[in-house]
Amino acid sequence: MAPKVTVGEARIDVAAETEALSGEGAAGALVTFIGYCRDEEGRLSALELEHYPGMAEREIRKIAEEAAERWPLIAVRAAHRHGKIAPGEEIVFVACSSRHRGAAFEAASYIMDFMKTKAPFWKREHLKDGSVGGWVESKATDESAGDKWHRI
Amino acid sequence: MKLSYFAWVRERIGKSDEEVALPAGVETVSDLLDWLRSRGENYEYALQVPEIIRVAIDQEHVDHSERLAGAGEIALFPPMTGG
Repeated sequence: MAPKVTVGEARIDVAAETEALSGEGAAGALVTFIGYCRDEEGRLSALELEHYPGMAEREIRKIAEEAAERWPLIAVRAAHRHGKIAPGEEIVFVACSSRHRGAAFEAASYIMDFMKTKAPFWKREHLKDGSVGGWVESKATDESAGDKWHRI
Repeated sequence: MKLSYFAWVRERIGKSDEEVALPAGVETVSDLLDWLRSRGENYEYALQVPEIIRVAIDQEHVDHSERLAGAGEIALFPPMTGG
């Protein structure tokens, strides 16, 4: 099974993506994750995501393929946006289907944990007052989130 | 050799990519970061804490001990904040 991975500026049609992975008969579980742009208590007008073209897609594909080797998945879908994203809009969509829910939950969580630290994307804040804010700093909790998968 | 910069590394250096000829003795990623820092205040500002700089050679993450021989494109960037 080859994961489907896309990186682009356009909105992700979450309903259509979810529908495309459901109702195949073989799958008993579909876990989806959507990461949204927050408004940070009304402070932000947008997040701008810079990416490394080519490598971004390649890294996400590598992570998705690792998940597909580690768990018995029926389908894997990962989509990540770049460019300017308004609060309330989706930044990332991950979906994993499997016969039973355990594998789908774990694989989706695994993909997200590594996507945050391995896929070359950088967020910068655009503020409501029209100014450009700073680059979002990486969190130690994100950096260490991948570690738990080495212990399991 | 082509160098590419992203996010605040790109902003601080003031360009997104450049072609460079590496001087003799610059053999590893760590050597490259040291050499770049000597090229001007903008490089020094971007790379002043070299241990946090992430590096990819031909679109693969590498450690700072990695050798540069055979590299086509080397990218320097801050820790990633996607997802």
